[in-house]
Amino acid sequence: MMRFSGLNLIAQAFSGHQAWPEQWPDKAPKASYDVIIVGAGGHGLGAAYYLAAKYGITNVAVIEKGWLGGGNTGRNTTIIRSNYLYDESAHLYDHAVKLWDGLSQELNYNVMYSKRGVLMLAHNVHDIQSFKRHIHANRLNGVDNEWLSPEECQAYCPPLDISPNARHPVLGGALQRRGGTARHDSVAWGYARKATALGVDIIQNCAVTGIRRGADGAVLGVETERGFIGAKKIGVSAAGNTSVVMNMAGLEFPLESYPLQALVSEPVKPIFPCVVMSNTVHAYISQSDKGELVIGAGTDQYTSYSQRGAFHIIEHTLAAICEIFPIFTRMRMLRTWGGIVDVTPDRSPILGKTPVPGLYANCGWGTGGFKATPGAADLLAHTIAHDAPHAINAPFNLDRFRNGRMIDEAAAAAVAH
Amino acid sequence: MSGYRLPAGGRIDRAAPLDFTFDGRAYRGFAGDNLASALVASGQMLFGRSFKYHRPRGILGMGTEEPNALVTVDRGATAPGWGRATPNLRAPSVALYQGLNAQSQNRFPSLRFDLGAVNDRLGALFPAGFYNKTFMWPRSAWEKLYEPAIRRMAGLGASPTTRDPDHYDATYAHCEVLVVGGGLAGIEAALSAAQDGGRVILIDEQDELGGGALADRALWGELADKTMALRRLGNVTVLTRTTAFGYYHQNFVGAVEQLTDHLAPEQAKGARERLWRIRAGEVVLAQGAIERPLVFDGNDVPGVMLSSAGRTLAVRYGVAVGRAVAVMAVHDSGWRDAMAMKAAGVGVVAVIDLRSDVAPDLVAAARAAGIALHLGHAVTSVSGRHGVSGVTFAANGTGHAQQLAVDALLMAGGWTPTVHLWSHAKGSLRWDADWGAYLPDVAQENCRAVGAGAGAWDMGSGLALGTLPGPKPIWQTKAFVDFQNDVKARDIDLAVREGMRSIEHIKRYTTNGMATDQGKTSNLNGLQIASGSLAKPVTDIGLTTFRPPYTPQTFGALMGHHKDALFQPIRKTVIDGWAADHGAVFENVAQWRRARYFPQGSEDMHAAVARECLAVRERVGMFDASTLGKIEVVGPDAAEFLNRMYTNPWKALQPGRCRYGLLLREDGFITDDGVSARLAPDRFHLTTTTGGAARVLAMMEDYLQTEWSDLDVWLTSTTEQWAVIAVQGPLARAVIAPLVEGIDLSPSAFPHMAIREGRICGVPTRLFRVSFTGELGFEVNVPAEHGRMVWQAIHAAGQAHGITPYGTETMHVLRAEKGYVIVGQDTDGTLTPDDAGMAWAVGTKKPDFVGKRSLSRPDMAAPGRKQLVGLLTEDPQDVLEEGAQIVADPDQPVPMTMLGHVTSSYHSATLGRSIAMAVIADGRARDGQVIHVPMPGRTIRARVTASTVFYDPEGSRLDV
Ligand SMILES: Cc1cc2nc3c(=O)[nH]c(=O)nc-3n(C[C@H](O)[C@H](O)[C@H](O)COP(=O)(O)OP(=O)(O)OC[C@H]3O[C@@H](n4cnc5c(N)ncnc54)[C@H](O)[C@@H]3O)c2cc1C
Repeated sequence: MMRFSGLNLIAQAFSGHQAWPEQWPDKAPKASYDVIIVGAGGHGLGAAYYLAAKYGITNVAVIEKGWLGGGNTGRNTTIIRSNYLYDESAHLYDHAVKLWDGLSQELNYNVMYSKRGVLMLAHNVHDIQSFKRHIHANRLNGVDNEWLSPEECQAYCPPLDISPNARHPVLGGALQRRGGTARHDSVAWGYARKATALGVDIIQNCAVTGIRRGADGAVLGVETERGFIGAKKIGVSAAGNTSVVMNMAGLEFPLESYPLQALVSEPVKPIFPCVVMSNTVHAYISQSDKGELVIGAGTDQYTSYSQRGAFHIIEHTLAAICEIFPIFTRMRMLRTWGGIVDVTPDRSPILGKTPVPGLYANCGWGTGGFKATPGAADLLAHTIAHDAPHAINAPFNLDRFRNGRMIDEAAAAAVAH
Repeated sequence: MSGYRLPAGGRIDRAAPLDFTFDGRAYRGFAGDNLASALVASGQMLFGRSFKYHRPRGILGMGTEEPNALVTVDRGATAPGWGRATPNLRAPSVALYQGLNAQSQNRFPSLRFDLGAVNDRLGALFPAGFYNKTFMWPRSAWEKLYEPAIRRMAGLGASPTTRDPDHYDATYAHCEVLVVGGGLAGIEAALSAAQDGGRVILIDEQDELGGGALADRALWGELADKTMALRRLGNVTVLTRTTAFGYYHQNFVGAVEQLTDHLAPEQAKGARERLWRIRAGEVVLAQGAIERPLVFDGNDVPGVMLSSAGRTLAVRYGVAVGRAVAVMAVHDSGWRDAMAMKAAGVGVVAVIDLRSDVAPDLVAAARAAGIALHLGHAVTSVSGRHGVSGVTFAANGTGHAQQLAVDALLMAGGWTPTVHLWSHAKGSLRWDADWGAYLPDVAQENCRAVGAGAGAWDMGSGLALGTLPGPKPIWQTKAFVDFQNDVKARDIDLAVREGMRSIEHIKRYTTNGMATDQGKTSNLNGLQIASGSLAKPVTDIGLTTFRPPYTPQTFGALMGHHKDALFQPIRKTVIDGWAADHGAVFENVAQWRRARYFPQGSEDMHAAVARECLAVRERVGMFDASTLGKIEVVGPDAAEFLNRMYTNPWKALQPGRCRYGLLLREDGFITDDGVSARLAPDRFHLTTTTGGAARVLAMMEDYLQTEWSDLDVWLTSTTEQWAVIAVQGPLARAVIAPLVEGIDLSPSAFPHMAIREGRICGVPTRLFRVSFTGELGFEVNVPAEHGRMVWQAIHAAGQAHGITPYGTETMHVLRAEKGYVIVGQDTDGTLTPDDAGMAWAVGTKKPDFVGKRSLSRPDMAAPGRKQLVGLLTEDPQDVLEEGAQIVADPDQPVPMTMLGHVTSSYHSATLGRSIAMAVIADGRARDGQVIHVPMPGRTIRARVTASTVFYDPEGSRLDV
């Protein structure tokens, strides 16, 4: 691995950047591994990295049906925040936010974590009550989140329309200053590069088609498009396809998969300094470093595995954006796309052991798991290495749907991303 | 200064000159010109600056593929704060009009002299993906220095900063056949589809039909005839200036029609654009093909452009791109273009072709036209910075270098069929070696492709190349693939070297194909170059997914009419106007606006609410409860159905009586509640929360249709059928008594929780005797059209009793004094009936109800669950903040262990102190305990009361 640095960049410029090595090698699968991770998204690649870096488990393969980072990791609007309501969630997401800080240095890969602040808008009395509840809970949990008046909201985000005559007037907002965005591809690539440097194999274009189990029920390995690969432990981090993969081990997971769309505008000069979310109006927006307005849409109403959504969702999303930012009606939409998100009944993830020995689950992140990438990866690695969850992810077990100990952020606040 | 207007020719109207400005300078063009043709005709070859290196750029193409010539067009302000500037418009797609005001972008201080061009000098430091590799040290500099600097570099044009005075239209259309693309193939398809008599829609993005034929004089006669034939057909709708931007499931195609941007602002009337949502029986795609540039050192100098652009300028617009023009071809079409230009009077001096054997008829014709030919040669460099001054070429790119003085160079790199919409609809593609491109293969919808877009058009033959051969290694060249994003061949090579093997990785790493033209000219070249670097066939590398929109579309058009008041129309009750007339302050609740309180004089909310509350407790108040959700449940199995939906038993409820119903979700948590009445054995009048109306109806329909289709029940939303007037307070009966006919209002005949049907003020009523205040109360339901009349009549009749209209805020306080919950405020989707203190509402003996099974899960009854209780602050004047968190020990370190939170909190004028409700872990067992509410700066102490009822616990005031 050649070190990434400004100096090396200058040095390489003289030879036309001819000497940069592969960021990750293309590997053929070995006969067996200590751990196989299914799904080379940010979560899966990160878990492989932490397994190697923190636990010295390097005989690891990440198996990906397409190209690494091509799932939701490479399709999301990259909003990062941790101002969740319940203690369990706040601890989970804040664990991730703490890891985002310093991730570029740890991976020697600039993932462009940008703490530009996430501002969530309140439009009615119910919103105010709900946001205040979050703010108070976050304060006592040590998670930053502050209340802004409409004028303060506009000062933080100048394009915002705070006219009291708006259809959904802005009555205030909750701001998490540590919230922001990161560069999605760089996260996947950074983990891939560092993990492979530590000995992890990444096997792309190799869909897992079955999970083989022994007489005792424990996993033996995976069937793939390129044959059987043995494994002592298997971590499944396959986002929208998790229920399909888990089915291969005979498990039914409480997940529904929906298309979720996003879009960008043509790039324009800097106009939008932060991230703004409005759950009441259904608008999620920031501006990328390239200048595109990055806009999140809602899920389709129907479950599906096709990575494209319905057009009326786009109509509604843009109407919502222009409701809060009327100056953008002349902006133009450049590109739309969709991903498949895996949604649990309580909208919180499942991260832990499964009833099958040696099989571990990391899923249910739905519309909001990018922000959790380093945290989820770290905790999945911990859970696999110890065959037991970390205290932070212990509440996010599969059993909660049986025993009723839900962690229902959505019910509490109807918060999406 | 190489371009000029030819003395004759073109489809422009030379009798109609148009004056316009570009970067403040005055120019003149003609009707029928676009901004690009008019500027080139005036010798302006420099149009803009590239994204990353700020390199000077001219036009590349004359269609939607244009990546370079992006401009901002300002159609003027209409008032302060209102304006019509649009960034990033492609100059060839901007129709010329009198007074057009266009500006170049991404340059400072001027287009010719741009400070940002320093990036170009330092370009070696900024290869693809450079930002991943640097800006990490020192760590603190990222936030303060690097990131702000990167962000400042962003963008092309500037976003509008004013509101948009224009409006946008949206419509639906249905047709048997939709033809996308109005070239000859599309016109042909429309003509033949029209034979069947069905509705046919033909759409084309240009201002006239014809597509490629517009640049071919020989086809103008046929084009005119066919266009005329089309216009004569009654069943064909032709939409020009209309772009089909996306092809969605089930033959649904989205298109946007430009209505006014081609007109001078003062002539523009009506909507600016119109969204067409078209559902078609069959879709015929005739999108044509886009020419590929060639990739070689210097291919981005202004004046180097696609051969088809040179031809279009000459034939369609009567413009020569230069006085001495050379064509660099690897495809026959370049030769045909050369001849067509020559015929139009353009000084084509040479055709250079990498191929040594070119069809003899082309060679002979070119010779005859006096064009110099250099077969087996390739251009290796271009001289000039803001315009072409000459080219160097060599045998096979590597032989002896020769110079040629030209002022324009045209590239004929072959053709890429436009398969975007085909791919949106998930049609499969197959690689075609002759075209060097992907062609439509198997459709997923009822769809077919025709014409050049299907590979069914004779463009001639040629080579499909990654880069032109040249003397330098690739990493020493500045050979552009994606012009707008400044992606060079060597960037793709670098991406491959760094381990990017999938075309998606290469695209994301280099940003090739991610500019505003979405790779229309760069995708295939990028693929070829990657194929070379990887030493793998193109078909092994994959193809990036085509995503809507085909060309960028305005947010305004896509949102259509859903703007301002029409974004989500506000729902108003029939009494809303009266409330407005009487000074109500409103709040938004779900999609409704509701009167929150009725201030008198200089009263603030606190004072108004205190007055309204006391009026209800002491005399009588009236409240518009019309927003309550209402569902009429009818059928022989109605009682059985409700029995299964709600937690409590319904079967024994007698007609004429009401019951409070509690509704759970499948997971056992409270989702809605409401008082409902049995009107007859087979008829119920259900009420839901204001916000829950639609959700509850959908949930009930869902169960009825999927789980219990055997039940004979019908559900009808009647929310808006009934106006509901709550008359509450000890004098309520006295107020309505004179207005009611046919109902015995006496307490014995009409007890609490009963319903009677009769008349009030001469109109039919369903009169409920119910109370959400704890006082004697009636809810008068009347058909909505009579709501305001009855409201006014009750108000008039109540004057003698001191009746006081009150709003939602007072309603909240009154119900909190009585400990009645508001679902969604005191419950949040995580409370069971027992948590909310409503175990009494659960029919434990019922065989089943929605959520019952979940209630038996171990954790639903485990100790430590949060329970709804009352809170009384030690200082009675302290009003807790709703949402404030509760702890046992305020001195513990962060993160603190929180017990719960305050759900409702008010000052109660009746009790002369504050009251609150809260959910607290093991709350009921903490009766009498002191808990703490840590606020910023101070901690508030409060005492837990297991009961949430603060007022009239015996309920004696209800029973009068
Ligand atoms: C449009 C959109 C916007 C979003 N916005 C945000 C946001 O703003 N903030 C936020 O925090 N989150 C957001 N999310 C959610 C976020 O993207 C995901 O939660 C997160 O990226 C999940 O990461 P992952 O690594 O688990 O999944 P993925 O990146 O999807 O990786 C899973 C991988 O598993 C692979 N796979 C599946 N099945 C198999 C198989 N059988 N064999 C082998 N491999 C398989 C897939 O190909 C895929 O690469 C958004 C999601 C979408 C779609």
